[in-house]
Amino acid sequence: MKLLVCISRTPETTAKISFTEDGKQFNSDGVQYIMNPYDEWYALVRAVEFKEQNGGEVTVIHVGESSSDIIIRKALSIGADKAVRVNANPSSSLFVAKQIANYASENPQDIIFFGKETIDYNGSEIGPMVTEMLDIPYISFASKLDKDGDAFLCERDIEGGVQALKVNAPFGISAAKGMAEQRIPNMKAIMMSKRKPLEVVEPVEVEAKVSIDQYELPAGKSGVKLIDPENMDELVQLLKDVEKVL
Amino acid sequence: MSVLVFAENFKGTVKKSAFEAVHYGHKLAAEMGTDCHAITVGSVSNVSDLGKYGASKIHQIASASTVDFDSQQFSKAIGTFAKNIGAKVIILSHSSQGKSLAGRLAIRLDAGLVTAVNQLPDVSDGFKVTKSLFSGKAISTYSMDSEVKVLSLIGNALAPEVVNAAGEVVPSDIELEASKLTVVETKTVEGTVPLPEAELVVSAGRGMKDPGNWGIIEELAETMGATTACSRPVADADWRPHHEHVGQTGVAIRPNLYIAIGISGAIQHLAGVNNSKVIVVINKDPEAPFFKAADYGVVGDLFDVVPRLNEAIKKAKAG
Ligand SMILES: Cc1cc2nc3c(=O)[nH]c(=O)nc-3n(C[C@H](O)[C@H](O)[C@H](O)COP(=O)(O)OP(=O)(O)OC[C@H]3O[C@@H](n4cnc5c(N)ncnc54)[C@H](O)[C@@H]3O)c2cc1C
Repeated sequence: MKLLVCISRTPETTAKISFTEDGKQFNSDGVQYIMNPYDEWYALVRAVEFKEQNGGEVTVIHVGESSSDIIIRKALSIGADKAVRVNANPSSSLFVAKQIANYASENPQDIIFFGKETIDYNGSEIGPMVTEMLDIPYISFASKLDKDGDAFLCERDIEGGVQALKVNAPFGISAAKGMAEQRIPNMKAIMMSKRKPLEVVEPVEVEAKVSIDQYELPAGKSGVKLIDPENMDELVQLLKDVEKVL
Repeated sequence: MSVLVFAENFKGTVKKSAFEAVHYGHKLAAEMGTDCHAITVGSVSNVSDLGKYGASKIHQIASASTVDFDSQQFSKAIGTFAKNIGAKVIILSHSSQGKSLAGRLAIRLDAGLVTAVNQLPDVSDGFKVTKSLFSGKAISTYSMDSEVKVLSLIGNALAPEVVNAAGEVVPSDIELEASKLTVVETKTVEGTVPLPEAELVVSAGRGMKDPGNWGIIEELAETMGATTACSRPVADADWRPHHEHVGQTGVAIRPNLYIAIGISGAIQHLAGVNNSKVIVVINKDPEAPFFKAADYGVVGDLFDVVPRLNEAIKKAKAG
C-alpha cells in the first residue's frame, strides 16, 4: 500500500506574528519554523502506524525551499520511508495542490494524508484541491482510520458529532485530533533518517488566481475592566445592557 | 452573472450557518447588481426560510443517497449547476462541509478561492476580501482576479436579517452521481449547539482541579443556554471530550460571549478564541495572561465566583 503524507511548514505556535512596514510581507526575522502540528501529530503518525500494521510505504511530500529540509528529516525520523521536496516557494494553495497532484498522478497512491489545516493560513484548502484534481473521494477532519477488509473505515468530525464512513482506495483524508498521538523520535531513528532518500524535484508552473494585498494586526482589546468578585450582578448587567450578549 | 450560495442542512433542517451564508450572498449580490440563488441537496423541511434571508430563488437537488454529504459528488453537482446558471461568485459556509467543498469547487470551476472570509468583499475597485490568518493573530486582504470566485464564510461573522426576498423554490434537474462513500453511523450530541456555531460559550481549564468539579460549569452553561468548551490539557487528560478543546490546535471559535474560567490564557489557547466579541475571564491569579485579552475580568476563586455568577444570571432572567 502506498501512503503519501503532505507536510507543510508553519511558524512555531508561540512565534510573534509581524509584517514588514508596508504590510506586504510576513516578517520572518527570528521566527522558528516547525512541521504543521496537524500534519505531524495526526496525519504523519497515523500513516506510519498504518504502515506498521498493514505494510506498505510512507512517502512525505513538501513544497518548499531547502530551508525546509530540517522538518523533512524530522518526518523521516518519525517513520516515513522517503521524502520528496518540490523545490519552490509555496506561494499559494493552488500552487501547492498542483505540485502534489502532479506527483501523485505520476506516482499513484492508495491514501493521501493531509492535516486538518495549517496553523498559519488556516485554509483547509489543499486536501480538497488535490483530491478534486485526482477525482478521488476526500474524507475531511478524520479522527479515525482503520482497515476493514479491502475497504477503509474512517470517522470524520461534523458539527456537534462524528460520522463513521466506509471508503475504498484511492482516497484523500485530512487528519484531526484523535487520529493518533504525537511521537517523539529516538536517537536511532534520527540517525537513520539521515540515510533515507530525499528527492528534490522542480515545480510545474501554475498561474495565480488570488494574491494578498495587505497584512494587518488585529486591533487589540482596549483594556480589561475588572469587576468585584462579590458583585456578579454588575457583570451580568454589563453583559446584558451594555454588550447586549446575554 | 449571479451569486450562488450552497445552503447546508443537517438532517433535513437548514443550518444556522446557511442563513448567514445566504444573507451574505444577498448583500454581495445587491452590491454587484445581480441575484442571489441558493442551492440545497436532499429534502429540507424549512427550505423556503432561505428566501426570508435573501435568496431570490432556491434550487433543490434531490438525493436518494444514504450519504448526506460527499464532497466529490457535491462538487460535480454544484459545479455543473453553477456553470449552467453562469454563477460568478459561489459562497459556502466555512463548516465541515463547506471546507471540504470549497477547494474542490475552485478547481472544478477554475476559480479563485479565499476561505474563512469575515467581511463582505469590497467590489468598488476589483474584488477584495479579508480573512483572519495565523489563528486570529493577523488579518489579510486578498485580491481576486479570476472570473469565477469561491468564498467560504466563517461562522458568526454577520447576523442574518430578514429581508423577505422572493425565495421561489424550484426543483433542479441536476442529478447526483453515485457516492463512493457508505455511511456506517452518525453520532451527534443532541440538545446543544455545536461549538463552531455557538453564540455563548462557557469554557474551563486546569484551574478546575478535577473533572468531578465540572458541575458548576455545566450549571452555568445551562442557565445561559451556552455551549461548554475547555483548554487543551483538560481534553488531553480526558477530563472533557476532545470536541470541546478550543485553541490553535483545537476548534477555533468566535462566539458573541466567551467566558474563560480557570484558564491561564496561553498564546495557543488565545489563538482559537481571540475573535470572540466579548471575553470574560475568571481567574484567581491577577497576573494571568488572559486578562490582557479580556474585556471583563474577575480576580477571584472560581469555586466562589462561578456559582455567584450563575445566581446573578438566573436573577436577571427571572426579573
Ligand atoms: C504546539 C502547541 C499547541 C497548543 N494548542 C493549544 C490549544 O489549541 N488550546 C489550548 O487551550 N492550549 C494549547 N496548548 C497548551 C497551552 O500552551 C497551555 O498549556 C494550555 O492552554 C494551558 O491550559 P490551562 O489554561 O487550562 O491550564 P494552566 O495554564 O495550568 O492554567 C490554569 C489557570 O487556572 C487558574 N486557577 C487555578 N485555580 C483556580 C481557582 N480556584 N480559581 C480561579 N482560577 C484558578 C490559574 O491561576 C491558571 O491561570 C498548546 C501548546 C503547544 C505547545
